[in-house]
Amino acid sequence: MTRVIQPALLFAALVLGLLAPGWLELFTIYEFTAYLIMAVLALSLAFVWGKGGIMCLGQAAFFGLGAYAWAVGAINFGPGLAALAISVAVPAAFAAVLGYFMFYGRINDIYIGVITLAVTLILFNLINSTSGPQYRIGSALLGGFNGMTGIPTLAWPNGMPLDPAEIFRLTVIVIVASIVAITLYLKTTPGKTAIAVRENEVRAELLGYNVAQSKLITFTLGGALAGLGGCLFANWGAFVSPTIFSLVQSAQIIIWVIVGGRGTLIGPILGCIALQWATTKLGTQQVVQVNLVLGLVLAFFVLVVPQGIVPMVTGLLRRNSRTGPKAEAEQNA
Amino acid sequence: MSGEIILQARGLGISFGGVDAVKAVDFELRQGELRCLIGPNGAGKTTFFRLLSGQYTPTRGAVTFRGKPLAGLKPWQIARLGIGIKTQVPSLFEGLSVQENIDMAARRRLRGKAVAAVVADVLDHIGLGDLRHRPCGELAHGQRQWVELGQMLAMKPAVALLDEPAAGMTHQESLRTVQIIRDITQHSAVIVVEHDMDFIRLIGDRVTVFERGAVIAEGSFTEISKDPQVRAAYLGRKENADA
Ligand SMILES: Nc1ncnc2c1ncn2[C@@H]1O[C@H](COP(=O)(O)OP(=O)(O)O)[C@@H](O)[C@H]1O
Ligand SMILES: [Mg+2]
Repeated sequence: MTRVIQPALLFAALVLGLLAPGWLELFTIYEFTAYLIMAVLALSLAFVWGKGGIMCLGQAAFFGLGAYAWAVGAINFGPGLAALAISVAVPAAFAAVLGYFMFYGRINDIYIGVITLAVTLILFNLINSTSGPQYRIGSALLGGFNGMTGIPTLAWPNGMPLDPAEIFRLTVIVIVASIVAITLYLKTTPGKTAIAVRENEVRAELLGYNVAQSKLITFTLGGALAGLGGCLFANWGAFVSPTIFSLVQSAQIIIWVIVGGRGTLIGPILGCIALQWATTKLGTQQVVQVNLVLGLVLAFFVLVVPQGIVPMVTGLLRRNSRTGPKAEAEQNA
Repeated sequence: MSGEIILQARGLGISFGGVDAVKAVDFELRQGELRCLIGPNGAGKTTFFRLLSGQYTPTRGAVTFRGKPLAGLKPWQIARLGIGIKTQVPSLFEGLSVQENIDMAARRRLRGKAVAAVVADVLDHIGLGDLRHRPCGELAHGQRQWVELGQMLAMKPAVALLDEPAAGMTHQESLRTVQIIRDITQHSAVIVVEHDMDFIRLIGDRVTVFERGAVIAEGSFTEISKDPQVRAAYLGRKENADA
């Protein structure tokens, strides 16, 4: 059943997403594009952490590097495919180098979380202190804590920059294509290895799988996807600042993924969109503090629904439709 | 005893702090052989397996596989060369189904349709076809042992190390385990660690006896069971044992 339903839902989401800008006001398009861009980031963590079992608390680092790399690339080489490639390659390369030292250095799971978070905060401080005119890459000024403004927007080959509706559609396409790509990847041997490593590193190794290499591949692919999200972010607002590497940013991503359900790909995306929408709504009133509410939401989920919303709902649906053990195991597929 | 030597340990040992868990073991396994490894709890059998599979780095001595020294190789490299292990406490991909657990073992050496064919065959051999979609974390202890043995069937290592494959099984279950081990010997030279003498009698070719980190005897089941040193070790009269 899921074999038909999932692609159908995904296709429906794609069609809806491509049509939606035609019905929405410009401001709403703009607002929802931001949610969707963050959903790309959430999806990258769902892959690295949920599927690969690598507890990366610094996924924001790759997102931020992607945004900065787009800015620098677009200013120097124009807002075309070269800058796009740079904005994915830089965070991916950074993830590969960091991952190499962590995984081949056999660093413990808990420390992976600590190191990735620390690296993010180091990047925050580093970029924060680049405000002088001497901190430039080519003709791009990094701008320190003021960030970079007036970043060129991705343009069609004829030089026309994408309008807000087109950036919205591009983001929808990136999300749907990423879900399809990850789903297909997880059916290949390297993809299945990543999941096996999550389940039991020792067993994977004793069957002849190179665990460090497998984690490195997962981590690098996740870094590339987060970087693509960052690239979209810089395109969306034409602005990027060091707060992209901040602790709040890093913490939010983890909350989205936990609330949505980290075993799934769709859960973190929905969790991300719903929570951002809710925080924005809450932010417009003065009664309760937004971060307090977010904290309570997280505590509730960790204690009451540790698997997250989507796995809980699909679990309930399955139990009600009484499809036997086959459906249970397919959840892992 | 006709095949050529496939796995060899020379003066192999490891110490933890001041404790010589395995002293200096000389050991040979031949192609096609089914060897039993027995000895009291804490004798060093599991530690010996960990040395052979690369999970521990030896303090002294060396292991050679098909004449090639294994020193410095990682466990996954040793596994790829052809040494598989069923660990004493079953170590499975808990959240994955029985079928997926076998699949991962077959997939290392096969591609495409061949994987599914081997998986179906192995599920049949270990008798878990009906439970193929059940997550391993939900299986009974004996079934978990069979899944790991199934991984050895799918992996077809040149040497399979089986650490207490029938532990905690009913008599009926261990009979099936004996059958599975015989299936494994079709493609692999096998070393089996077991406590149960009836089990050893059932499968035993040649038996090696471990005590306090050393090999104290080696021979056929009948020879071994007559050996006074072995009887002493098993009856717990340590004063007679050469420690
Ligand atoms: N990692 C370790 N650290 C300290 N001691 C160990 C370690 N691994 C095994 N040993 C010791 O080695 C001895 C042999 O244990 P083991 O190989 O498990 O015995 P067996 O499998 O024959 O019952 C025991 O005394 C055990 O405490
Ligand atoms: Mg043992």
